[in-house]
Amino acid sequence: MTAHGPVAGPEAAGGAPPVLTVDALSKTYPLPGGGRLTAADAIGFTVPRGGSLGIVGESGSGKTTVARMLVGLVRPDAGTVTVDGRARPARPARGRAARLARAREIQMVFQDPYVSLDPRLTGRQCLLTALRLHGASGAAAEEKAERLLGQVGLGSREGAARPHALSGGQRQRLAIARALAVEPRVLVLDEAVAALDVSIQAQILQLLGEVRRETGVALVFVSHDLAVVRHITEATLVMRRGTVVEQGPTRSVLAAPVTPYTRALLAAVPRPGWDPAAALRAAAPDTP
Amino acid sequence: MTDTHGHRPAAGAQPAAGARMPSARAEQPGAEPAPAGSAAAEPEAAARGASGGAEPLLDIVGLGLELPGAARPLLADVSLRVRPGEVVGLVGESGSGKSTTAKAALALFPDGARPTGEVRVAGTDVLALRGEALRAHRARTVAMVHQDPRAALNPVRRVGDFLTERLALAGFAGNRAAVRGRAVELLAEVGLPDPARRLRQRPHELSGGMLQRVVIAGALAVGPRLLLADEATSALDVTTQAEILDLLRTVRREHGTGLLFITHDLQLAAAYCDRVLVMYAGRLVEHRPAEALFTDPRHPYTRGLLECSPTLDEAAAGVRPIPGRPPSLADAFPGCPFTARCPGAEPECERWQPRPVPLPGDGMAACRRLAEYEPDGAESGGADAGTDARGAAAGAEGVERAGADPSPGPVAVSAPARRDAAPGPVSGTTEGGAG
Repeated sequence: MTAHGPVAGPEAAGGAPPVLTVDALSKTYPLPGGGRLTAADAIGFTVPRGGSLGIVGESGSGKTTVARMLVGLVRPDAGTVTVDGRARPARPARGRAARLARAREIQMVFQDPYVSLDPRLTGRQCLLTALRLHGASGAAAEEKAERLLGQVGLGSREGAARPHALSGGQRQRLAIARALAVEPRVLVLDEAVAALDVSIQAQILQLLGEVRRETGVALVFVSHDLAVVRHITEATLVMRRGTVVEQGPTRSVLAAPVTPYTRALLAAVPRPGWDPAAALRAAAPDTP
Repeated sequence: MTDTHGHRPAAGAQPAAGARMPSARAEQPGAEPAPAGSAAAEPEAAARGASGGAEPLLDIVGLGLELPGAARPLLADVSLRVRPGEVVGLVGESGSGKSTTAKAALALFPDGARPTGEVRVAGTDVLALRGEALRAHRARTVAMVHQDPRAALNPVRRVGDFLTERLALAGFAGNRAAVRGRAVELLAEVGLPDPARRLRQRPHELSGGMLQRVVIAGALAVGPRLLLADEATSALDVTTQAEILDLLRTVRREHGTGLLFITHDLQLAAAYCDRVLVMYAGRLVEHRPAEALFTDPRHPYTRGLLECSPTLDEAAAGVRPIPGRPPSLADAFPGCPFTARCPGAEPECERWQPRPVPLPGDGMAACRRLAEYEPDGAESGGADAGTDARGAAAGAEGVERAGADPSPGPVAVSAPARRDAAPGPVSGTTEGGAG
């Protein structure tokens, strides 16, 4: 299974066991007119402890399908997801203890926190619900909720507010705090900063960097934005039509892309002196 | 999926399509459009980047917009112009007033809002338009392309129906075959393959990029002089975005259309537009030729936006967040609205009424400490003193400030404060792994 793994961070080569190992993960969906759409075809990668992997690609490339399979929201047709050496069963966990143990392995942060947060719960209640579900109680739970709020930069006013009274950035901070409440090994973020204003996006990126340093949680960062991925990940996986077309250290994938598809994606990113027509000509050989 | 449009309801997808338009002004049927504006003396020409030439398609002068119940004006002293064949970028965060400014070209204002100032489109005073003249203006002179093409198209009608309706609106005369032929031409013009077949398709059968092409074809159907693109590419993949941007450039070249390009992405605006205006809290804070924004941003907000935008540039430092959050309508500002988030703010800034300070060359920036941020700050305002009293005032203020503060220059003044405000760039991911 290591044959699929990109070198995600300097530790991977040193032999430290990866926290997340994904092997030959596949998913197809039936198409209306017969035939099947391959959303993910034998996807494999590893993420070292505390590492950060980016999955990039265009709409329909299958990157969200992979993220949802990691968390267990989509059941893969084939392949395995292993966290800390334990394979995650493809079927939904049976029994409370198994479900909770599963939740402590991987947590997810979604693009739109307004949809992913319960509108009836205040920020503090949202965190307490997650904490109590996982066995914390009383003063210990309250104290931990406060610490989580502080960790993501939310004050007591925000902790007492319901999601509708929070800004987009504050909601995303709360969603990150809720995901961190169970102390997961891996945090999967699916376009988690895509809907935010650029100044807020930068704040969340900075927060994620701090969270990684403080907790050692590994990140799987799904994004269409190559520039964001450059800032938050060490390894990158480029997906197209359900397959991995390129993977490796983020720096070399972005600085010296091997495949025409990655080159086309990079050429399409606006920069000083950029011309869309030239970007399209550069992309012409192998893009749809 | 990369769609980010869930939070942005695209009300009135094509404003001309017959939706009820909220307007502060009672409609008076039969009113004539005002005569074309005479080219009066324009003291603000420098501030708006006037460089002579053709009559502007869009000329907004000192536009203000008050809304009852809001703590601050939605717009204050907004001036901009778009000339034929020009791409002008309007950049800012949510709530900065960029869409509100663009919709002023259609005389579309929030319910109960009171506009002041002047909005002219191709010489016509838009704020004075009423009734049929206003409807004709909205239908034909200006077209708007929104972020979410799916919200702009009726999901149960065919693409052909949409274009036919737009052509009828434009007064296209001819039988069904002629209308159909024109619709096919339009779709071919925006680069849709197999246009005749597309006419029979419904929106769900087309991808987001294809639908945005359909919407642009609909906009072109009425032969508009001015195109407003409101985050028109923000929901698209980068490669599709490049295609649509290329298309808009072609449209501009072949029709001489002026394009007001609204985006939250400063990198994109500076790479794509001829001139860029940056808005904050309903005010223009900087107005520059696009390339100057990259190399020499002058307003602290513009610099902050550039520093917090992730780039692919290897040499670029990590992203540095702007502390705080974008202001809402509930926030009132006695002085410069950026003071609370500004790394170089001083107590006086809280009382300083923002005003455009012309920059040498072209453009303006509305910052009290502008004169300190350049090497020869004492002269910059004074050079325009003969023609622009405000420039002189700013220059004098600059001298005074520079005297009070012995550390002029952008690096010395702003960088340490910035580091205090936002400790540590995010890019240091290589050492971020806990191992």
